[in-house]
Amino acid sequence: MRDFSYLRASSVDAARQASALPGAMLLAGGTTLIDLAKCGVAEPDTIVDITHLKGLDAITVDDQGATIGALAKMSSIADHADIKSRFPAVSEALWQAASAQIRNMATIGGNLMQRTRCPYFRDGENFPACNKRTPGSGCSAIGGVTRGHAVLGTSETCIATYPGDLAVALVAFDALVHLGDRQVAVDDFFLPPGATPEREHAIQPGEVITAISIPASAAARRSTYLKVRDRQSYEFAAASAAVGIEFEADGRTIRDLRVALGGVATKPWRARGVEAALRGKVLEADTVRRASLLAVEGAIDHGANHYKIELAPRVVARAILELGETA
Amino acid sequence: MTVHMKRHGDASDGAEAVGGRLSRVDGPAKITGAAKYAVEQQLDGLAYAVLVESTIAAGKVRSIDTEAAKAAPGVLKVLTPDNIPPLKTASDWFGTPPPDAPYCPLARDITFSGQHVAAVVAESFEQAVAAAALVKVSYDEAPAIVDLSDAKAGDGIPIDAMTKEWGDAATAFAAAPVRICAAYNTPREYQAPMEPHGLIARWQGDQLTVWEPSQWLDGMARTYAEWFGVPFENVRLVSPYIGGGFGSKALALGHGAVAAIAARMLERPVRLVMTRPQTFTGYGGRAATRQTVTIGADAEGKIQSIVHRGVNETSIDGMWVEPLGSVTSIMYQTPNFSSRQNVVRVNSVVPGAMRAPGENPSAFGIESAIDELAYEVGIDPLAIRLRNYAEQDPHAKKAWSTRQLREAYAAGAERFGWSRRSPQPRSMRDGNQLIGWGVAAGTYPVRRAYGEAMVRILADGSVEVESSSIDMGQGTYTILVQTAAETLGVPADNVVVKLGDSRFARAGVAGGSRLAGVMTGAVHKAANAALDELVGLAISDPRSPFHALQANTLVVANGRISSPRGEGPEISIAELLASVGRDRIEAKGDTMPANSTAEERYKNYTTIAMALPHTEGDYSRYSWCAHFIEVRVDEDFGTVRVSRVVSALDSGRLYNPKLAESQWKGGIIMGIGQALLEEGIVDRRHGRIVNNNLADYLVPTNADIPDIEVISVGIPDPHSSVLGGKGVGELAIVGVAPAIANAVFHATGKRIRDLPITLEKLI
Repeated sequence: MRDFSYLRASSVDAARQASALPGAMLLAGGTTLIDLAKCGVAEPDTIVDITHLKGLDAITVDDQGATIGALAKMSSIADHADIKSRFPAVSEALWQAASAQIRNMATIGGNLMQRTRCPYFRDGENFPACNKRTPGSGCSAIGGVTRGHAVLGTSETCIATYPGDLAVALVAFDALVHLGDRQVAVDDFFLPPGATPEREHAIQPGEVITAISIPASAAARRSTYLKVRDRQSYEFAAASAAVGIEFEADGRTIRDLRVALGGVATKPWRARGVEAALRGKVLEADTVRRASLLAVEGAIDHGANHYKIELAPRVVARAILELGETA
Repeated sequence: MTVHMKRHGDASDGAEAVGGRLSRVDGPAKITGAAKYAVEQQLDGLAYAVLVESTIAAGKVRSIDTEAAKAAPGVLKVLTPDNIPPLKTASDWFGTPPPDAPYCPLARDITFSGQHVAAVVAESFEQAVAAAALVKVSYDEAPAIVDLSDAKAGDGIPIDAMTKEWGDAATAFAAAPVRICAAYNTPREYQAPMEPHGLIARWQGDQLTVWEPSQWLDGMARTYAEWFGVPFENVRLVSPYIGGGFGSKALALGHGAVAAIAARMLERPVRLVMTRPQTFTGYGGRAATRQTVTIGADAEGKIQSIVHRGVNETSIDGMWVEPLGSVTSIMYQTPNFSSRQNVVRVNSVVPGAMRAPGENPSAFGIESAIDELAYEVGIDPLAIRLRNYAEQDPHAKKAWSTRQLREAYAAGAERFGWSRRSPQPRSMRDGNQLIGWGVAAGTYPVRRAYGEAMVRILADGSVEVESSSIDMGQGTYTILVQTAAETLGVPADNVVVKLGDSRFARAGVAGGSRLAGVMTGAVHKAANAALDELVGLAISDPRSPFHALQANTLVVANGRISSPRGEGPEISIAELLASVGRDRIEAKGDTMPANSTAEERYKNYTTIAMALPHTEGDYSRYSWCAHFIEVRVDEDFGTVRVSRVVSALDSGRLYNPKLAESQWKGGIIMGIGQALLEEGIVDRRHGRIVNNNLADYLVPTNADIPDIEVISVGIPDPHSSVLGGKGVGELAIVGVAPAIANAVFHATGKRIRDLPITLEKLI
């Protein structure tokens, strides 16, 4: 059997120290770590349990924004009244993620650390080649079953899709990851695969996610998360969009627009091209549809995932137009 | 002697009688967790086995390095083809004598990815898992035929037994003024039961006990007995509850042989449970199929000719025929018909039975094609079905025993509001949602067999029913309570049904939707025999308080005995048994012909060779259904949601409508999954299913399922079963996928002929 040490951290500082040990991994909700351990992808030498640490699950919302403790459960955040009213896209992204059972266990810190669902990444026995799992071994996905794989942000080493929903909304609204003394924009926290697909997060050994903060904005207050998939529930996105709009006083001209994509890219994908094209424009269906095509600028398909290039702009356009209708 | 009984079938206490809506008697045990499933048995000295599977799809095992695994903590044994005793090949499910060849459940010649090549047995499950990862198998890999579309696959093997022809289909097609021709494909689909396959095997001398979820205890016991060369009676199968089978748990499989070998080698009980990924390769799901359907019709849509060609995949060294012409040949009247079928060998595990094998994909072909014909002719899809209604079995040329399909069309259409349908595709919408209404029919043959049951009336007046048949959720426990209670005249609460132990009265397979008809008949017969004996004792035993009446009949009702006109006493069954000095009355009854030999009886319960053809005698026997389905298709996203289902079904008399409706709805839900979600996806370079888990192989969630309305239009069918029922379990899935595909066409104008109908096919 593969033995590992179990450490129950007595404080955040103790967790930091322990997580700096070689092969150490933090245990929070366990929904990702235990799953990956069972399929042989995660092989921790030390598990640092932080589930019991006090004060890390608080959710505070004020006029500056929201601060969410790393141990807050997905379902608690999704159901929080102020999150629902001031950051509806965040709540909606959480409600449409995973299953009720997982949402009740999974923490927001762990959610950010969720890894790809690429089937080749998860089955090392049958598919030894995976640059993300074993750097330099190759990519089994390229040339394989690619229906769920990314069309944006890919590299020659990896085309695995970032599977989550929450982080897509966080990227849209410039959220920050709190790593103790350091804060990192969520957009920078997730790393594109490039030549180092094994590095997915800008977190260093010895760092512990303590909180996430989302600055308040008018766009966040009028926001939505639209997730498209074949199955109505408990499926990763074929394509999704987190969108927020702030209108000028006329209620028609776009002052601020935030667009991020999920299910189509190697990381939560901010679509700044769409934002720039529509900022200052009057919300109008044809304009929105045309601008939404910019969401997939530079997209590269691998055969079976070509539909994502068609689908993603439609999801973006629908989300923007539906938000506009509520004006 | 005649026996009169008060029937429970009146309005006040109807739930307990046959035909009543008694709730599942096994429900509380399952809901509270008290129900103990096969592999939950706690046995002293239990060891744990874990399978090692091939990572190539074709080739040979060159060597297996077991050193590291053997040295791992807790490991008791590493099984490989080189160190396990050979078994004997067992007969197939028809009882065909096997070749005199050894059977090795661990493979040296690899014919599919995921084939069992070794197994590790350890003191704990975790130790076995860890050690299994240390077994190093090296291979000489060969090119694989990955699926039906593989260029190396070829045209396959013609299966002459599937050929059905009458008239001159080719000439009639060529002459027909309206012609359609299209190809319809279904992918590999998987039963995906909640309870994965697994077992505990224990040897005591030459006696083998197997705790294993099973749809067929006696059939599987026969296989184990033949593998190990021990008498049938030495093998006991125990399977009290089953967490879903859908066809996949009817046969003893290779992993069972591995566990039983390990238990024998170690002289310890061994538990082996498949992982979820292993359930996609350890045994077969539904074979992928291809069909072409050509229909020639006159200008009014009256069919002149149907030409059908089908292909299904099978494995390199196993044979599975998915009868693709089964519905094609009987649904519609046609003077000219031709259906032929090939099977193609590919590097996959041998496919297996999955809810309505044959009828299900067959209906997807013909029920899509008739819809295409309706649009071609320009008449309503329901009208064209009625115009070509088969008044008798077009293939067997026999009268239907009962066929309430016309009634099903009428009842379903009325409830659904079909007459309000706008005929043109893309003519109904709600914002971004295109709305489509589709109809399709389904059918499943009435499979019949002989059954056996033990009925015991105990000293306290309670009743025990025993059978080695099983309940995998379809309601066997409950309907047999109802049958015994009604036949004997006792309250349902006084009846205990014991199933799932091969020591009980023997039973054939719970497959082909036959078990309810078989077992209600057997229990009815055994209970009547017990009742005869009870009443006989009451009349003739000098110690009976009824003896002096010199009656020739008595009434048994609500557990009490009295005379028809109320003379003499009214006493409980317990009091009667006490008065005559009996502690029980026991009657084993079966529905086999009285002169059946012991060999015929054995064959009846351990093979399917004795099953009665559904076209035996003067009648052709089938269940029927019509599905009316509304879909909403997002015109930008291509996502399909089923928003309304009304299905009218003819399963003859329902033994328990509540349970039958539930099974029908389950079949419809499974059909929705088949239509929209389910597909085993093969990596063509590796010949391996990559979505081998329930996160990636999608089955419907509650959110995907609308309210489903089912309507029973059946009437008792005396030609189909003793109590008048026809099949329930498989019927309702048949026709759901084409009804959805037809609705999608009506919504979008796009005809999807390849299942599942995923969003990229519609954007």
